[in-house]
Amino acid sequence: MSGPSPSFPESARVALANTQLRRNMGYATQTIRAKRALVVDELPDWEELRETGRAIKESVLRHLDEHLEALEQSVTRAGGQVHWARDADEANRIIAGIVSGHGATEIAKVKSITSDEIKLNEALAARGIEAIETDLAELIIQLDGDESSHFLVPAIHRNRAEIREIFLEHLDVDELSDDPRELAEAARLHLREKFLSARVGVSGANFAIAETGSVLVVESEGNGRMCTTLPPVLISLMGIEKVLPTFQDLEVFLQLLPRSSTGERMNPYTSVWTGTSEGDGPQEFHLVLLDNGRTAVLRDEIGRQTLNCIRCSACLNVCPVYSRTGGHAYNSVYPGPIGAILTPQLVGIHAAESLPYASTLCGACYEVCPVKINIPEVLVHLRGKVVRHKQAEHSGWRARLDPEAAAMAAMARVFSSRARYERAQRLARLGQAPLARRGPISHLPGGLMSGWTAMRDLKALPQRTFREWWVERDGSRADA
Amino acid sequence: MSSAREEILGRIHAATRDVPESEKADDVAVTRSYRQRHEASRDELVELFAERVADYRATVHHVRRASVADVVAEVCEARGATRMVAPADLPTEWRPSDGVEVIADENLSHEQLDGIDGVITGCAVGIAETGTIVLDGGPRQGRRAISLLPDYHLCLVEADQVVGGMPEAVSVLVDGVRSAGRPVTFISGPSATSDIELDRVEGVHGPRTLEVLIVGADPRTTAS
Ligand code: SF4
Repeated sequence: MSGPSPSFPESARVALANTQLRRNMGYATQTIRAKRALVVDELPDWEELRETGRAIKESVLRHLDEHLEALEQSVTRAGGQVHWARDADEANRIIAGIVSGHGATEIAKVKSITSDEIKLNEALAARGIEAIETDLAELIIQLDGDESSHFLVPAIHRNRAEIREIFLEHLDVDELSDDPRELAEAARLHLREKFLSARVGVSGANFAIAETGSVLVVESEGNGRMCTTLPPVLISLMGIEKVLPTFQDLEVFLQLLPRSSTGERMNPYTSVWTGTSEGDGPQEFHLVLLDNGRTAVLRDEIGRQTLNCIRCSACLNVCPVYSRTGGHAYNSVYPGPIGAILTPQLVGIHAAESLPYASTLCGACYEVCPVKINIPEVLVHLRGKVVRHKQAEHSGWRARLDPEAAAMAAMARVFSSRARYERAQRLARLGQAPLARRGPISHLPGGLMSGWTAMRDLKALPQRTFREWWVERDGSRADA
Repeated sequence: MSSAREEILGRIHAATRDVPESEKADDVAVTRSYRQRHEASRDELVELFAERVADYRATVHHVRRASVADVVAEVCEARGATRMVAPADLPTEWRPSDGVEVIADENLSHEQLDGIDGVITGCAVGIAETGTIVLDGGPRQGRRAISLLPDYHLCLVEADQVVGGMPEAVSVLVDGVRSAGRPVTFISGPSATSDIELDRVEGVHGPRTLEVLIVGADPRTTAS
């Protein structure tokens, strides 16, 4: 990372001042949230699916080494090659090496957050290899030299007029309206040539199956199919936590992911390939397994569940903080509630101290998470770590008496049970009454806990919590 | 210097020290109390499948076995498709009766495929609950590129290939993956994006038109 990135409160203040961004974010998160609720409600066994999803992930993480070794064996048996990368640099070196080995100077790439995490495009560019992003949104962002704001709809902060401008400037078109259909057509024509000529395709992986060596890409536009089918060489990069034990496990995750993610019964395209197949698709396949901090997350028994994440982005869309600030405020490839717990654990708590505070702890993220990650619990746990880290930095009598540390320890207990958590929220509302009378609580008196509220930078606890509102809104269902 | 592989495996081992040595991967019980089967009649499943496929703005027709060739010819004509690629083993009864040239895929180049109007394939299984068709390179499906590059995909689904939900589909597919490493593609509607202000737009890269013929379905709703 180059230079210290601005903290969450600083960037959030900038983001909140940008009205266009706020309007787009609000609209986007609301729309996807409503769609999701509809298709989730359709399934009578949603809770059972979530529970199995969680249990599979937990079992994988407890025996991650065994599953990875099995995966390596299966992929190799099916004609693929497996590479192991301890960190971003190593993964980038491996991928660049394969690309250069084929004398290619261009790769066709399907969106992968993991590749953003290791800054693959920059690393390739430094070695004279151009990565062509083929998702519509990624293309928009890449052409504009911008950054993603949402990992499902990364260009959601751009409206159609802005996209038209970007295309007119960078694509070979003379006339273009701002009709989404026309904009998509322009991108289709521009990229079709690239697909036909690319010699190396690069993808991420939503899942990989230890039993069979199969790897999956879940997508909408068809560029995932293109990248994983047309170029003669395919390289897929995946975090080590993405492995699933059996092919049967897909029946759970292929129900959980699309409904949680785009709010569709099923996304348009899911590609599953198993090594190489004669006469069909790439004849050379490389799977790069990336650690890059994941084993450090694994070590923390409370933080470990963070690795359950299937990157559906449901928690982003329900988060009252995220839906106002957007993704850029987090200064992290993983935004929203998941980013607030994953990033500090991946990069180390000292490098992302403010992120665990980018939340109101309202619990909405936990309720929608298809793999039941208790995000508030992990957040509180991490805040405790931030505090302890600060204490270690300036150890003295004041730090040791830090009321925030004591408060966090108490909150960690509260979050471990939903009943206790709800009780505490109701109590907190009563307790804050004298402070909240004039609207948002900006600072607590006395300075003891004021650091916390300054960073929290948020309004008073609402009269009804998001959870309570949600439960009422949806009638008898506790989880939507 | 230990290799990356050894080092990562070592880190994992150290990180999961709380897991008892005696516990093996298979020991961790995973309960699967979600629905494994849909209790519905064949007709109901086919009906639901047709409805759900249509929800993605794909076109669906019910076709009697005897009239497949005519309907294929009709729908191609309606799309203005005169040259269609098909896997070499596409049954004769599925080939358009007239007016359409069917090109067998004998290792056509990607450029050639790109220049063809459309593709006719069968499928491995259809999923009613999600309106999904699944291709696995088995009989009547051909390799992946042929159903990807042409802009129009005409897919024929036998009524008895339709199953209720994802678990049933996975059990149809699993043997082909285990024994032959078959590549599997789940297709739910035409290619789409919602990247521009969340407006769903058909077709960025994959086929922009998906048309599904359900063969041997309820004769009361024959053809369109
Ligand atoms: S934390 Fe849960 S809800 Fe959020 S992206 Fe990950 S899986 Fe989805």
